[in-house]
Amino acid sequence: MYQGSLPPRQGLYDPKNEHDSCGVGFVADIKGRKSHRIIEQGLEILRNLTHRGAVGADKLAGDGAGILMQLPDTFLRSACAEIDITLPAKGSYGVAMVFLPPHKETAASCVETLEAFVLQEDQELLGWRDVPVDNTGLGHTVLPTEPVIRQLFIAKGDNCKDQNAFERKLFVIRKQVENSIANAGMPVGDAFYIASMSSRTLLYKGMLLANQVGSYYKDLDDTSMESSLALVHQRFSTNTFPTWDLAQPFRMIAHNGEINTVRGNVNWMAARRHTMASEVFGDDLEKIWPLIDGNQSDSACFDNALELLVLGGYSMSHAMMMLIPEAWSGNPLMDDKRRAFYEYHAALMEPWDGPAAVAFTDGRQIGATLDRNGLRPARYLITDDDLVLMASEMGVLDIPEEKIVKKWRLQPGKMFLIDLEQGRIIDDEELKSGLSNADPYQEWLDKSQLEVEKLNTDISPMEPDTETLLDRQQAFGYTQEDIKFLLTPMAITGQEATGSMGADNPPAVLSSRAKPLANFFQQNFAQVTNPPIDPIREEIVMSLVSLVGPRPNLLGLHEAGTHMRLEVSQPVLSNADLEAIRHIEDASDGAFRTVTLDICYAATAGANGMQQAIEDLCKKAEESVNDGNNILILSDRNVDADNVAIPALLATSAVHHHLIRSGLRTSSGLVVETGAALEVHHFATLAGYGAEAINPYLAIETLHSMTPEQLDGLEFKEANKRYIKALGKGLKKVMSKMGISTYQSYCGAQIFDAVGLSSDFVEKYFTGTTSTIEGVGLEAIARSAVDWHENAFGNREIYRRHLDAGGDYAFRLRGESHIWTPDTIAKLQHATRANDASSFSEFSRLIDEQSEDLKTLRGLFEIDTTGQPIPLDEVEPAKEIVKRFATGAMSYGSISYEAHSTLAIAMNRIGGKSNTGEGGEESKRFQPMKNGDSARSAIKQVASGRFGVTTEYLVNADDIQIKMAQGAKPGEGGQLPGHKVNAEIARVRHSTQGVGLISPPPHHDIYSIEDLAQLIFDLKNVNPAARISVKLVSEVGVGTVAAGVSKAHADHVTIAGYDGGTGASPLTSIKHAGSPWEIGLAETHQTLVINNLRSRISVQVDGGMRTGRDVVIGALLGADEFGFATAPLIVEGCVMMRKCHLNTCPVGVATQDPELRKRFTGKPEHVVNYFFFVAEEIRQLMAQMGYRKFDEMIGQMDRLNMRKAIDHWKAEGLDYSRLLQKPEAASPEDIYNTTAQDHGLDKVIDNTLIAQAQPALNNGECVNIEIDIHNYNRSFGTMLSGQVAQKYGMQGLPDDCIHIHAKGTSGQSLGAFLARGVTLELSGEGNDYVGKGLSGGRIIIYPPADSPIVAEENIIVGNTVMYGAIEGECYFNGVAGERFAVRNSGATAVVEAVGDHGCEYMTGGIVVVLGSTGRNFAAGMSGGIAYVLDTEGDFESRCNMAQVELEAIPAEDDAMEALEHQGGDLEIHGLVDVSHDMTRFDAIRLQQLIQQHLHYTNSNRAREILENWSEYLPRFVKIMPVEYRRALQEISMQQQTKTA
Amino acid sequence: MGKPTGFIEFQRQERSYAPVADRLAKYDEFVIPLQQDVLQQQGARCMDCGIPFCHQGCPVNNIIPDWNDLVYKDDMRSAIEVLHSTNNFPEFTGRICPAPCEAACTLNIDDVPVTIKTIECAIVDNAWQQGWIKPQIVNHRSGKKVAVVGSGPSGLAAAQQLARAGHDVTLFEKNDRIGGLLRYGIPDFKFSKSLIDRRMSQMMAEGIEFKTNTHIGVDIPARQLLTEFDATVLTGGSEDPRDLAIEGRELDGVYFAMDFLAQSNKRVAGDEIAAAEAILATDLDVVVIGGGDTGSDCIGTSNRQGAKSVTQLEIMPMPPEKENKALTWPDWPNKLRTSSSQEEGCERMWSVATKRFKGKNGKLAGVDCIKVEWKQDVNGQWQMSEIAGTEFELKADRVFIAMGFVHPVHQGMLEELGLVQDNRGNISAGTDNYQTSVDRVFAAGDMRRGQSLVVWAIREGRQAARAVDEFLMGHSNLPR
Repeated sequence: MYQGSLPPRQGLYDPKNEHDSCGVGFVADIKGRKSHRIIEQGLEILRNLTHRGAVGADKLAGDGAGILMQLPDTFLRSACAEIDITLPAKGSYGVAMVFLPPHKETAASCVETLEAFVLQEDQELLGWRDVPVDNTGLGHTVLPTEPVIRQLFIAKGDNCKDQNAFERKLFVIRKQVENSIANAGMPVGDAFYIASMSSRTLLYKGMLLANQVGSYYKDLDDTSMESSLALVHQRFSTNTFPTWDLAQPFRMIAHNGEINTVRGNVNWMAARRHTMASEVFGDDLEKIWPLIDGNQSDSACFDNALELLVLGGYSMSHAMMMLIPEAWSGNPLMDDKRRAFYEYHAALMEPWDGPAAVAFTDGRQIGATLDRNGLRPARYLITDDDLVLMASEMGVLDIPEEKIVKKWRLQPGKMFLIDLEQGRIIDDEELKSGLSNADPYQEWLDKSQLEVEKLNTDISPMEPDTETLLDRQQAFGYTQEDIKFLLTPMAITGQEATGSMGADNPPAVLSSRAKPLANFFQQNFAQVTNPPIDPIREEIVMSLVSLVGPRPNLLGLHEAGTHMRLEVSQPVLSNADLEAIRHIEDASDGAFRTVTLDICYAATAGANGMQQAIEDLCKKAEESVNDGNNILILSDRNVDADNVAIPALLATSAVHHHLIRSGLRTSSGLVVETGAALEVHHFATLAGYGAEAINPYLAIETLHSMTPEQLDGLEFKEANKRYIKALGKGLKKVMSKMGISTYQSYCGAQIFDAVGLSSDFVEKYFTGTTSTIEGVGLEAIARSAVDWHENAFGNREIYRRHLDAGGDYAFRLRGESHIWTPDTIAKLQHATRANDASSFSEFSRLIDEQSEDLKTLRGLFEIDTTGQPIPLDEVEPAKEIVKRFATGAMSYGSISYEAHSTLAIAMNRIGGKSNTGEGGEESKRFQPMKNGDSARSAIKQVASGRFGVTTEYLVNADDIQIKMAQGAKPGEGGQLPGHKVNAEIARVRHSTQGVGLISPPPHHDIYSIEDLAQLIFDLKNVNPAARISVKLVSEVGVGTVAAGVSKAHADHVTIAGYDGGTGASPLTSIKHAGSPWEIGLAETHQTLVINNLRSRISVQVDGGMRTGRDVVIGALLGADEFGFATAPLIVEGCVMMRKCHLNTCPVGVATQDPELRKRFTGKPEHVVNYFFFVAEEIRQLMAQMGYRKFDEMIGQMDRLNMRKAIDHWKAEGLDYSRLLQKPEAASPEDIYNTTAQDHGLDKVIDNTLIAQAQPALNNGECVNIEIDIHNYNRSFGTMLSGQVAQKYGMQGLPDDCIHIHAKGTSGQSLGAFLARGVTLELSGEGNDYVGKGLSGGRIIIYPPADSPIVAEENIIVGNTVMYGAIEGECYFNGVAGERFAVRNSGATAVVEAVGDHGCEYMTGGIVVVLGSTGRNFAAGMSGGIAYVLDTEGDFESRCNMAQVELEAIPAEDDAMEALEHQGGDLEIHGLVDVSHDMTRFDAIRLQQLIQQHLHYTNSNRAREILENWSEYLPRFVKIMPVEYRRALQEISMQQQTKTA
Repeated sequence: MGKPTGFIEFQRQERSYAPVADRLAKYDEFVIPLQQDVLQQQGARCMDCGIPFCHQGCPVNNIIPDWNDLVYKDDMRSAIEVLHSTNNFPEFTGRICPAPCEAACTLNIDDVPVTIKTIECAIVDNAWQQGWIKPQIVNHRSGKKVAVVGSGPSGLAAAQQLARAGHDVTLFEKNDRIGGLLRYGIPDFKFSKSLIDRRMSQMMAEGIEFKTNTHIGVDIPARQLLTEFDATVLTGGSEDPRDLAIEGRELDGVYFAMDFLAQSNKRVAGDEIAAAEAILATDLDVVVIGGGDTGSDCIGTSNRQGAKSVTQLEIMPMPPEKENKALTWPDWPNKLRTSSSQEEGCERMWSVATKRFKGKNGKLAGVDCIKVEWKQDVNGQWQMSEIAGTEFELKADRVFIAMGFVHPVHQGMLEELGLVQDNRGNISAGTDNYQTSVDRVFAAGDMRRGQSLVVWAIREGRQAARAVDEFLMGHSNLPR
């Protein structure tokens, strides 16, 4: 192996799925003074960010780190002098930092190529310098990959008129060298890489641990090496392979985050080739293609794009604003000029969308920007001697407090820039208003922009044709269910319908029925490396704006305002919109010319004719564009008895890719007019493969035929509007689950896995999409289309008057097949209730035998029993095997108490594990029951809502499971409707009865893999005895994520299939997101083994486990443990009503209705019977295969074959060989879980705290502890709290019993899960996640006494503070970052200002903000109250008013009454009851809290307010959730009636 | 789904019966339909289950949730469309089906299933009344000729489907009227014969030729069909009754149930019955042997004729009053059921074996019986044994043997064609292609599967029609 080489694609492992994430930082002298000190500080930052990286199996192998600086002229000059190279004047020479392959010959040819291009471009070769390195610290896996590192010095040639031209020339040389060497090919394992090549910057990086950079590169020690800036980066990658080129920084940036849309972005960049021209590059532009190598990391691609824009003439900040724009669409707070700037540039460049903190420099300026969501942390400080430090967290440089004059953070969408030549900081406002005012963007827009909605057209849309409606519906495969479950709810309610339980039908490729092509594409979604977005509560960042038609020249800086553009506010076109586009030529004075291309072909040509039809279509598209048409409408309106349509998705993608390949794609818009688009997923796939706008004429016509009678009396116009609105919402949801905010960047981004399509087909028509198990090609797809056509226009009696039954959503005999049928359910229930093994084997036979009717991928597996069988009694006993079983995460709330506790009791009886699900657990269940049973769930789930996640809950766990995603709706949050939240559930979840609860799509403390590592660390600290588990959902690339999870020290990982159950989920998600577990599990196991990470983690699989055969296949594919959910639920009585979301479960399982719960008849013994039946089946199979121990079976995928004999028209093309490829392991033992992770808990500072707190822990004697802390002291106070909760439960110790006085900058998660009785007082500042899961403790933070800063104007705690807090108090003398008190359930906080999304999803507690807030305050807030000091009177514009009301705080009359309650003592300093009636007593409560704040932090702001109370009180706004008030009133009425 | 909470809000409400005294006075149907608004509420009780167990529980796979919802929404016209898409004769099943669908209904876990059968019947009765049910005349003919032998529910369903596929269908019936057991086995008070006549007119309009009084194998050699028709479907039912070969079987007064019931139906239809052949129960003590539906029909008929007493014997033990749902639902449970005829008056005895018929002068006078008990042997098979000392005698002037049917009548047509039989004496044919061992001959209904329900007969008729169509044309557009 060598430097640039990840292992090649093997089995399901594919290097292109690698993810990384990281710590980033820079330090700069504002005045541009160069010094060696800056470089030292850069290296120091790296050392202190080490915990953000990861180490793999080789402890000395990091994931890469580096430092980017200004070209250190003095140093280079003297170094060159030593080797007889004379450098010309500064600015007139450049340095290439080159990683050469170690093989001499290959290296020589690389050198030769490089030199040749330098000369060819008329620059002067000065000579080579060997870069001295010390590789003694490198790990054993890294050493063999170490490149030869040399610097090439190049002098500016005469053809470059200035340094900018020289920089461009160096870029042109580099591109040619890279492409030429890539084309020539490298011997296996060799690689060549140019880290940097510039006259302004120089980059030292490598496959190093963060603290190795300084020691490896000896140059960095040289005191003559000087720079006024140092940009550093430390990487956390999901793999363990040394890859020198993936280390960051890159030439211009260091990126912390992930570009989700990179596939589309790279395609679009390639598509521009023929429309791009540049004055400054001139003819050189032709030499740089291909501009972006799609095999690089997303960050590297982004770097390439930025480089092009900057060298092409944009300023660095201008280019950054184009690539990562703020959320401008629908943002009322943005000024018009800036919005015009963004809107104008939207046509030039689609956003590079995804979470990002990007630090960038060209050597003259250095800056940083954050994505629109602010999903990565970036804090900075400025000292009184003009030093700026920016980093992912604070505390990375030891800077005396008294020197710091400003502490702040980068806010979402904001940028800050230091111009070293001007010697000053340019803030976001100045920077952007400067650029926005530089050109008359609005004027240009007015002149050149057409909006479809405003176009006048006298052409009316085609009239619906009811005569042929049914035929045409059938021709596009409409089913009765499409109308009933999809279309009707969308038209009536304006949103997609919800369903429940999972998908138990065959994947499209195994179905014996014709399926829409879209069904072969499963949506991708974000997990771990990247957060999904909440498209409802955080709609402000989402945009559906689409630009239709040709794109302007990206580098045409001087062509501005001349290019006509067409905008639609959302991509679903009504019939009138489409006609407007069809006839736009007149309305646009000929700037646009639209041509409609018919995608139908003669039915007589049959299925075999489709290939030719597609070729003809592509050719016609190309000709049309060459003829000057610049909008193509692909239309299947012509479908009739004689004409059959190419599936619209296939036609769209084929044309899209054909035009990309011919370089014409940005010359034309692509609009689709199709009868095939009906549900959200159809639109998502069309968009993902290039459609800029879509007109679903047949769905619209269908609605027309249904109005008003069948749509609740709705008129057509309204139904049409609601349908389009529902599609928009659905699209936002699909985009957001991948973390993508804008339609523009989603368009063409291909965020799908193909399941069951052949690679040839995919490569040809859906280029770049991943397909893992092969499958059908064009022939079968065409056959489906023809089959539908036959249904429509043939003579089939059954279709004469009716649509096909469908049967996907509800079981129908004429419909799609299901695994759960009346037979299988009855057999399973009868067998387990009567403990009748023969009924059970009938059940298993029905499930397992799929020879005629395939339902799952594993149905095609054949277990190889050709080996030597052994007697059954030699096989490990069933009672051992059942310990590997767990029941699925189903919350108390989604299912009834009876159903939940029955599962727990059963699992405890057999030594398996039940799972709490996301909903907490009553503490009485932690104690054994009288009869010796236990209803305690061994697995405690931690999901994004953090409901009931208290310290006590966590210490009562054997496993703690972090739910990253849920099989039925990966990438989405959840919602428990108010009617399911009864008093008990509210108590367990620490919420309010009758108020609905929202779980956000992401964990707000996990936006990246290093964040996950932090949460794992937090939880491990709370409960060191528990295994920490991470639940992932199967999709292509999940193995890579699992490898990262293993590196993040999870003890356990769950791979869930997409077909898992759910209490409620949009139908699109149930069917179309995620993949079968077989694929994800195999990829996970293979990737872990290849990375040598398998033995330290236990792998569990779940999602549709039913029989012993399922388990055995799971084990052979690499699972240690197994989760079951639906099957045990059915054993308890579930009959797959699929009505969980309606609370009407008639068997008492998924309902909270007390009457219906009485119908529950499940018994733990039934569940026990079930698991033993399964275990016995496993034993029989083990005996047949010759395995005595279960462990022996794990990962033996070579004992599986694919059944070939099956006669199935679609399944023929499937190929499981990649699934079944057995990876090579270091030792035979390394393929299952054999060892434990090293969590490094022995090194945590809490050990000291615990030692000192012994008197309190043992005897309740109060203690005071004084201690210094640093940024690497993470989860401070957490392990201590775990011990408190272990001993004293939720009630903890007496208030303030353990009082810790700390000094310094804390690491992340200060006071996480802090228990009651612990007070954490910090003089200094906190980073992210302060008070996460606060469970009764108190946190106080204020600046040190010697700090000169004004507390209320500086940041004191980072992002996502008090996330999931349960109770307790926080007092922060300063400003908090974004997402303050998200999902607070009951804690109280006083803070002096907060960032965006404050109090989001809050359900209880009190937050007082003595200053300004960011945008989107109180989004999704359903409980608790907040008080905000609204000095400017503009708070309302920043508050999300969807669920809350604002009110003034009534003056003193209430206060008098309250005074009596409190005994008149306002000076209580301790835990006081301020929450007894949240609808009243506001003034007194507020005053009391501010007094506490003053008392604890000595806040000037608090003092000022209290001293002028009557003046300030009216300026406070109370934020009251509407639902919450209603619920409180109802509860109080109930209590009154009870007492009366 | 109409109303998610309908099943919680509304109680189950069934069709009611006219008072016993009224209904015993005549042979008319006595079921009183529900009012439309009540019917809609009953439709609203359907939960539109994710897995509608009723849908599979129903042998013709009626799409029950869909039409329940349509009834709830008062869209009766669409409801009949959906209902007819799986069932040719819902007015038959809506009256006389034991409704395994209701046993399988999810609400039956708590004994209050949706009134599926009532709703079915209301949909189709209403549709007839509104004139929505019309002949479906095909617009192109295949030119193929198909013979259907036997006009019971299976033959009727097969004939109608085949005609709608464009074939020329001739339906042969040995009796004077069509309908088979529907016509002569089920008394009019349970099933009005006008329902059959109405369907017959529809089917005649659809092109089916009916040949009654034509006994294949007797009047016409069966072989002749094979030469005249492209395919022949045998739907002659399972008519060979199970006999009780005990002492006194020859006595005057001991009859097979079917002899008694058929005669009674003819009488009700207005036919003259010669006094010498009359089988009547008027003023007599009647013993019915057999506890099934035919037994009940004998009871109801006897009571209407004015029997002095009616006693029903069943050899099996009395089933439990309530089944163990945990182990039976959604299957058809063995439990104590009381038919409307039993309700009208009779004594029921279980675990009773009949030892001998006793007579005077060749005429039946009494029945000797003994109690039996049932025990499982080592193989789990139930074995019966008589309990010594429990002998007793019943006074009896009439005995009706209603012990079911063993298999189709073998003499005549079946013997002539030489069809292979299964081990129960039924015609051997599969449920995919319904082909017998003789080329171009198909079998369906009780003749193939043995005695069963009307709804099973309809199912087999429909499926066999599709199989025949596929056989004749190479493919079929008929639904299965």
